[in-house]
Amino acid sequence: MSSSTQSISHNYFLSSVVKKQIMAVTGLLLCGFLLGHLAGNTLIIISPDAFNQYGHALVSNKPLLYTAEAGLIVLFLVHLTMAAKLTVENNTARPEKYYIKQKTGRGSTFASSTMPYTGMIILIFLVTHLINFKYGTVYMTTINGVEMRDLYKTVMEFFAQPIGAAWYAFAMVAMAIHVSHGFWSAFHSIGIFHNRYTPLLRKAGIAYAILVGAGFASLALYGYIQGVQA
Amino acid sequence: MSDSNNMTLNLKIWRQSTTKDKGQIVDYILEGVSPDMSFLEMIDMLNEQLVAKNDDPIAFDHDCREGICGMCSMMINGQAHGPEKATTTCQLHMRSFKDGDTIVIEPWRARAFPVLKDLMVDRSAFDRIIEAGGFVNVNTGNAGDANEILIPKEAADLAMDAAACIGCGACVASCKNASAMLFVSAKISQLALLPQGEVEADQRALSMVEKMDELGFGNCTNEAECEASCPKDISISNIARMNRGFLKAAITSKTK
Ligand code: HEM
Ligand code: SF4
Ligand code: FES
Repeated sequence: MSSSTQSISHNYFLSSVVKKQIMAVTGLLLCGFLLGHLAGNTLIIISPDAFNQYGHALVSNKPLLYTAEAGLIVLFLVHLTMAAKLTVENNTARPEKYYIKQKTGRGSTFASSTMPYTGMIILIFLVTHLINFKYGTVYMTTINGVEMRDLYKTVMEFFAQPIGAAWYAFAMVAMAIHVSHGFWSAFHSIGIFHNRYTPLLRKAGIAYAILVGAGFASLALYGYIQGVQA
Repeated sequence: MSDSNNMTLNLKIWRQSTTKDKGQIVDYILEGVSPDMSFLEMIDMLNEQLVAKNDDPIAFDHDCREGICGMCSMMINGQAHGPEKATTTCQLHMRSFKDGDTIVIEPWRARAFPVLKDLMVDRSAFDRIIEAGGFVNVNTGNAGDANEILIPKEAADLAMDAAACIGCGACVASCKNASAMLFVSAKISQLALLPQGEVEADQRALSMVEKMDELGFGNCTNEAECEASCPKDISISNIARMNRGFLKAAITSKTK
């Protein structure tokens, strides 16, 4: 196996292992983004003005805004491209399906076996999410003499519709399922395994999934209830 | 062994005459199956009846029949090596089934494991992966004194656990992606964990993974169905070890 006799034609960075590691790193960074996004959004419950001022502060800092947006687009595109590539390869690895196939009940979970589907739901959600909010109806408001977008009104209008709130909540459940497996899986793909800490990471992933899933979905519920009362 | 315990089984077995043949499930009814028979003895019994009728017996791989060679590959009711944990087909007994059960028996299915005939598949893709680097090639000199090279007990245990892999292919068969990562990571780990094997660890990881990809196995999605189906209980922690070993090798490799 000396290096002189071994012809290495393959690009390591397109190997199965590294493709998974790219998924893992982009996925974990997206998990971090979700936490930040959730923290900001909870201002909706605190007060409309606080939420609008937060939004205004974000869009007013152009260099920061564009860097963050570009970063997120790259993360999503890379995660998505790798997901598509890996999933296609995985499907072609078994051209003839089994007559029957049964899980052992000792390995895979609902979350682990539905990653491409929950991922697709997140993707569709993402598009509708941007259309509904970022590129949604623009209302203006003035807070402390500063004119700014009344994003609160746009969001609340959307959540007041049962379909809007339900779709949002549904997508958040799908996302929670996705990250409940993705979180620990990403560490495993990078190569982190520990007899004691890996089981903890699995629990942490589930806790994280419940936090972001229930967190975002409860905002939709809050908006819906506000709408009903209004 | 009382006859009253004997079972009648409805068998649905994959028959395929050649790799190119389309193949199909064929139904058989087998009477008088003793709970004490092994699963392979049950098929032997069916085959004797087929031969007596001048029918083509069912082709299946087997060798040691004691759980150490890894030949007895088959999917039993949709599970690799059947329903019992850490058990090869040859070590599975008919007492795991009930009178009147329907049992579906199929070959491993993966692009890299073409069916040769009936339940037999060609697993030589595993040999290609071993040939790519699953050995120690550095000169280790004459056999030294025992315990001359000290190996931590932990490392020795982990290497022995990984070396328990019998190359049966159940991990590939049970994986929804037909990924060979459990097998490959076990073969990489059993050497990389020991001083003699560690010398070539980087190159080995790169070459074996490259070969695995080239042969058309799928990618791991960390589902752990492989570990759950493995007759030797190989741990997916080997996959994590391979992942970090590969990454380290890819970033620091001195070749190319
Ligand atoms: C906020 C959005 C998202 C987050 C936080 C996220 C997070 C993750 C994480 C952490 C992983 C685990 C990587 C690994 O096991 O190595 C993962 C895997 C995956 N993601 Fe996402 N993801 C997101 C969006 C998407 C989207 C939009 C898609 C597809 C359209 C997608 C499809 C997949 C697929 C197919 C996997 C592979 C599963 C596997 O190999 O185990 N994800 N994701
Ligand atoms: S890892 Fe387990 S299932 Fe896979 S080939 Fe080795 S013994 Fe068989
Ligand atoms: S025949 Fe050898 S392991 Fe089953």
